[in-house]
Amino acid sequence: MMRHLISAADLTRDDAVLILDTAEEMARVADRPIKKLPTLRGRTVVNLFFEDSTRTRISFEAAEKRLSADVINFTAKGSSVSKGESLKDTAQTLEAMGVDAVVIRHGASGAPYTLANSGWIDAAVINAGDGTHQHPTQALLDAFTMRRRLVGRDAGLGQDLAGKRVTVVGDILHSRVARSNVDLLHTLGADVTLVAPPTLVPVGVEHWPCEVSYDLDRVLPKSDAVMMLRVQRERMNAAFFPTEREYSRRYGLDGERMARMPEHAIVMHPGPMVRGMEITAEVADSDRCTVVEQVANGVSIRMAVLYLLLGGNEPAVTHTRPATERPAHTAFPDEEK
Amino acid sequence: MSKILIRGAQVLGGEPQDVLIDGDTVAEVGTGLGAEGATVVEADGKILLPGLVDLHTHLREPGREDSETVLTGTRAAASGGYTSVFAMANTFPVADTAGVVEQVYRLGKESGYCDVQPIGAVTVGLEGKKLAELGAMHESAAGVTVFSDDGKCVDDAVIMRRALEYVKAFGGVVAQHAQEPRLTEGAQMNEGVVSAELGLGGWPAVAEESIIARDVLLAEHVGSRVHICHLSTAGSVEIVRWAKSRGIDVTAEVTPHHLLLTDELVRSYNPVYKVNPPLRTERDVLALREALADGTIDIVATDHAPHPHEDKDCEWGAAAMGMVGLETALSVVQHTMVDTGLLTWAGVADRMSHTPARIGQAEGHGRPVSAGEPANLTLVDPAYRGPVDPAGFASRSRNTPYEGRELPGRVTHTWLRGRATLVDGKLQ
Repeated sequence: MMRHLISAADLTRDDAVLILDTAEEMARVADRPIKKLPTLRGRTVVNLFFEDSTRTRISFEAAEKRLSADVINFTAKGSSVSKGESLKDTAQTLEAMGVDAVVIRHGASGAPYTLANSGWIDAAVINAGDGTHQHPTQALLDAFTMRRRLVGRDAGLGQDLAGKRVTVVGDILHSRVARSNVDLLHTLGADVTLVAPPTLVPVGVEHWPCEVSYDLDRVLPKSDAVMMLRVQRERMNAAFFPTEREYSRRYGLDGERMARMPEHAIVMHPGPMVRGMEITAEVADSDRCTVVEQVANGVSIRMAVLYLLLGGNEPAVTHTRPATERPAHTAFPDEEK
Repeated sequence: MSKILIRGAQVLGGEPQDVLIDGDTVAEVGTGLGAEGATVVEADGKILLPGLVDLHTHLREPGREDSETVLTGTRAAASGGYTSVFAMANTFPVADTAGVVEQVYRLGKESGYCDVQPIGAVTVGLEGKKLAELGAMHESAAGVTVFSDDGKCVDDAVIMRRALEYVKAFGGVVAQHAQEPRLTEGAQMNEGVVSAELGLGGWPAVAEESIIARDVLLAEHVGSRVHICHLSTAGSVEIVRWAKSRGIDVTAEVTPHHLLLTDELVRSYNPVYKVNPPLRTERDVLALREALADGTIDIVATDHAPHPHEDKDCEWGAAAMGMVGLETALSVVQHTMVDTGLLTWAGVADRMSHTPARIGQAEGHGRPVSAGEPANLTLVDPAYRGPVDPAGFASRSRNTPYEGRELPGRVTHTWLRGRATLVDGKLQ
């Protein structure tokens, strides 16, 4: 396993499958009356958030606490950063306080990469979203959700997403979620199609390992999962599309469109949703929409990532047997009894 | 004054000759010249060039003396073989008045390492709205003839047209930083395959090319000459080539870094590679080299842009744009143009001295190496090979993209009007 998690593109298939399998183990902790493992007891994790993101921070915090880590939350607002302190000084200050891992969210693409590779600090770095670059734990939780729904919770263990058809719809240009998903899903063997108005697809996308389409209706019947991305209303002011309504008509997912998807296909969304824009309430509240599951799965995935980066040398799982056949207490040698 | 005999130098890369400097002038060029009363510089295997002229330097003074001063910048220039530099106007305050350009001019005189010719801003505060007092700057002690809002584009077509017309009255030239501002909002690097992957805001080639296309047509329409700063794309080359074939009075420069480096380097997110215009693709690099060789691009200019350490020791998005270049320019040109067979040393003298001096009207610079000419000279050891060590820079800043990179050639001596500013690689 690597020392940092910066980009979904850095993960091999086996790395990714190991994280997904570990997350399945972690998920079972959530089903217990005491949702806690002692794995990271005595380790300190800082959530270094330079950008507001309540849901991602809370998800990491829940994961850290379930692994018994000491958690420090740092948000840029009202901190020394707002007084002009550099990323370097902030990171070194926190490390001086004895931090083992830094979970960083930053508005500048590449900031986590720089933090991990500049020699400023020794701690493990986990990218919780950087600019329009990467959001690897989001891609992992999305893959986890897809594997559970499309392959099966137990049947999926040790498996990737070979042959699954995933459609990602929305603001690809500004989306770190899209970039991470394209990388990871490709690694896991899925076929990815991006759908967006041409204005919201980056120049250079032709080198990505995916297809691009401007026609949602043609792609829907051939999708096992449809991931709707949030489209910010402000994009309209920069002429990426004419009006909210036109966007919604051409690229939004409503009940009628959802009916064109195969029966088993799921609808995903990384949140927060803009209801009435990219997704209608009817779709968002339907059984096929996994948005709430994704949130729950996010905690399991982040536990798995923290466990694998910080938890030591013991593999958390062997991925040959389905989880139900294995007594829970063998999974974690240091589990609280 | 003293005499200096440079013995056995290959003048512009030709046959070995002796060059005798007497006072501030080249007294004699020939073979077997007598050394009586002269300090002898053995120049076996070395190339003698006219002192280099940089039409595009940021000396940062006044205002950002933490990154460079006129003194440290001219010391860096002398180290790199330059005897004349043109100081860009984007200082604090902006060089948009006779007062500021005279200050920079005076500081240059006091430094003594290199002639400093201030460039005046085209518009007040580089804001692109109102013409600065171009005539006053021209008539000042600084005698400004080159005007540029470099760092910003004169994007308003009417202001650009007026500036092109106005400076004709005193033979000035407008040097355009070609960057369509709306197409480059939030731009962080070249727009293409790499930016798509890295999620960094794209700076599309068309933002440069569209302005160049507009400006050559404007220059044609009003019968003015225009100079294009740091041309960086293959498409820009095509437009300038077309304009020249049409007889439009346009000149263009390329930086050393655009002749060597590509946007692939940005994958490291190392801000030392952050520069404006951005590093482009290999296809662009090859087109720029070819254009410099065939004369479509007239000159090499460094765009020497010093920045303090903290402005580069940070995440990419927060970093300043620019690279230092004075002390590595000739090595990069040797590496990309001479060692590849694209340009002779005489060609280097043309692109880095004769032609920039002509465009900027730098009197006494870019002259032939012959008797009676001012002794502004540079001696280069082309056989030298070694890694770039920024610790040895004379510049106050260290933001070079070449740290540790092996580059050929080394400037050993520089003479400014017969006075040695650099001897055996050491500033005097």
